[in-house]
Amino acid sequence: MKNNMKIKNLIKSNVLTKLSCLFMGIGHIFRGQTVRGIVYLLSEAVFVLYMIAFGGRYLAMFFQNFFTGGNVGFKETYISGEWDPNIGEYTKVPGDNSFHVVLYGILTLFIILFFVITWWRSVKESVTLEQLNIIGRKPRNFRGDVGHYLDAKFHTTLLSLPMIGLFLFTIVPLVTMIMIAFTNYDANHEVPERLFQWVGIQNFADMLSGNSSLGKTFWRVLGWTMVWATLATFTSYFGGMLLAIFINNKGIKFKKAYRTLFVATIAVPQFVSLMILSKMLDTGGGMPGSGGGIITQFIENVFNYHLQFGLDATTTRVWIIIVNMWIGIPYSMLLCSGILMNIPKDLYESARIDGAGPARQFRKITLPYMLFVTGPYLITQFIGNINNFNVIFLLSGGGPGDNIKYTNGAKSTDLLITWLYKLSLGTDRNYKLASVIGILVFVISAVFSLVVYNRSSAVQGEGNFQ
Amino acid sequence: MKGRQLILTCLAILWIVPLFYLIIQSFRGEPGAWSPTFFPQQWTLDNYKRLFTETNFPSWYRNTFIIALVSCIITTAFVLAVSYAFSRIKFKARKPMMNIMLILGMFPGFMSMSAVYFLLKILLPNNYQSMASLIIVYSAGAALSYYVAKGFFDTVPNSLDEAARIDGAGRARIFFEIILPLSKSIIIYTILISFIAPWCDFIFVSYIMSGVPDTSKYTVALGMYRWLERESIQQYFTTFCAAAVVVATPITLLFMWLQKYYVEGVTGGAVKG
Repeated sequence: MKNNMKIKNLIKSNVLTKLSCLFMGIGHIFRGQTVRGIVYLLSEAVFVLYMIAFGGRYLAMFFQNFFTGGNVGFKETYISGEWDPNIGEYTKVPGDNSFHVVLYGILTLFIILFFVITWWRSVKESVTLEQLNIIGRKPRNFRGDVGHYLDAKFHTTLLSLPMIGLFLFTIVPLVTMIMIAFTNYDANHEVPERLFQWVGIQNFADMLSGNSSLGKTFWRVLGWTMVWATLATFTSYFGGMLLAIFINNKGIKFKKAYRTLFVATIAVPQFVSLMILSKMLDTGGGMPGSGGGIITQFIENVFNYHLQFGLDATTTRVWIIIVNMWIGIPYSMLLCSGILMNIPKDLYESARIDGAGPARQFRKITLPYMLFVTGPYLITQFIGNINNFNVIFLLSGGGPGDNIKYTNGAKSTDLLITWLYKLSLGTDRNYKLASVIGILVFVISAVFSLVVYNRSSAVQGEGNFQ
Repeated sequence: MKGRQLILTCLAILWIVPLFYLIIQSFRGEPGAWSPTFFPQQWTLDNYKRLFTETNFPSWYRNTFIIALVSCIITTAFVLAVSYAFSRIKFKARKPMMNIMLILGMFPGFMSMSAVYFLLKILLPNNYQSMASLIIVYSAGAALSYYVAKGFFDTVPNSLDEAARIDGAGRARIFFEIILPLSKSIIIYTILISFIAPWCDFIFVSYIMSGVPDTSKYTVALGMYRWLERESIQQYFTTFCAAAVVVATPITLLFMWLQKYYVEGVTGGAVKG
């Protein structure tokens, strides 16, 4: 409605306002908002220069084969006929960099979007200025503008820098990498020497198919990721809750000292404790009597069994879960302790009078209360564990390897996120697959939070936890 | 009750043993990665001496400290600004922005690193594998983690703002002079989280610094990880333990000291959902 009015007024407006559709800010300059007008005019000049010198070319390369499939960029690097005696090779004529094409293409699309928004705003303002002029009111001057941005428009001031950071270093890179999932960018199509191509949804089809070795690897890694996330979340959560209840018991002495002790283990930076634990579990030569970490040696001395951490998949997985409990239990104990003390004491009082034992009290009072309060925390923990790079990478590095069941650098304790890491650098680099995995992790997290969020809001709708 | 106390003591020992092992190994005199005994046979301070005189550890420590300090200042400013704007000012783009940020947060943060790396290469052509790059990586996206602080600002009564507005204060003054002084706990929480993050990060620093021959540019996490790789562990294991003690002590004390704020931040967000 409001926009329709503006358009009507624009059609009826005078030459100056119509001219400012072409030259942003002209209307402002001649109607008392000089600084604002100059800023508009300059930003238009910069935009036009950018598009002519740079953006237009990259946009053309970006869309050239976008819908049909084919090269990203116009010309590939090739070897010319000229011999360069200085380096003892034929000289190379550098071609286009496909990755830059995608990156700048995305950036240019966003810049066009921002420009159109700014342009529409300036036109609307210009129309308003003319209206003000007709009724003889003066517009806000520059000082008034500054005050405006510290009060009514304070959110713009607050958000501008964080949003520029977010835009440049999160949104543009993320959208770029999402586009990479639709190309064949990998070690065989490495920039800047080679161009890569748009391939549509080919990578998704390869990854999700159950027949190819890549597809089988993906489903195996996904399976372990889900098993890990479930076990890691629930063992730590319930372990921590039980520990908190245990310490909370009336008869226990030195409560505070025990809590401090457990908290100390999570205060130590995680990479330190994970690395030392991975070395304590090291198998040494892998054979009995071949040394190894202190835990391996201890187990060998007591049980006469040589630990196969990092050599056998199941053993490694079990120990990863155990180590994660060591890290996670004190963490949730710390969070649960405070909440436990908030449970109304009279609930337990009346339960006792009704003859409920400790187990029943836990099931009927403590657990529902805790789940009610910490439900959202549990979701973030689960999603955090799907993306728990540190525990897996620093403990086992994803190992042990298994060339029959896994391809493309994945190993038997790799999560999707550690596999993504390996696909992003080193010998197994395969950027297109890394991007596909990133998108699939997003889909999993999104579906999961959506389902749980809907359910928990349904629960909340029912009222209190009892 | 005696039994319970005993069980708890056993658990506590189980939990503290790895850290205790780390500390005593840092005083071990015998070289090599594996010791057949839990306690060292020779006790020495040489590992610490070596750490500070023969290795790059002091420059890793300095790098990490500077990165942590700068990125913690930027992150805290960003988080407070964004969460206050979203909590208090009901502007038109608020809901769409919050939804977009929720969606962005569900992508694995590491996914966009290859593109960030290219961008840094363009922005800092001579210096893209540097502290400046790491500071950008750790703090540029800070706006995404506004939830906890927004949850806090939501609980500060709106009547405070209204009273100040009646007295003629603008929004900027309300933010700096009324709301911020009331937000000590959430400010400390944000500082704590963002200061500790660069000390513990491995994934981003290892990507940004991949292929850098000059190890003095590393942070502690990356440098110490390299010590434990197969080629160097025999030589550096006890030095690693000493370095771990030097890194972990201040961080641990800081966390223990401020844990109250940490719990408040995490559970505060959880309670409200």
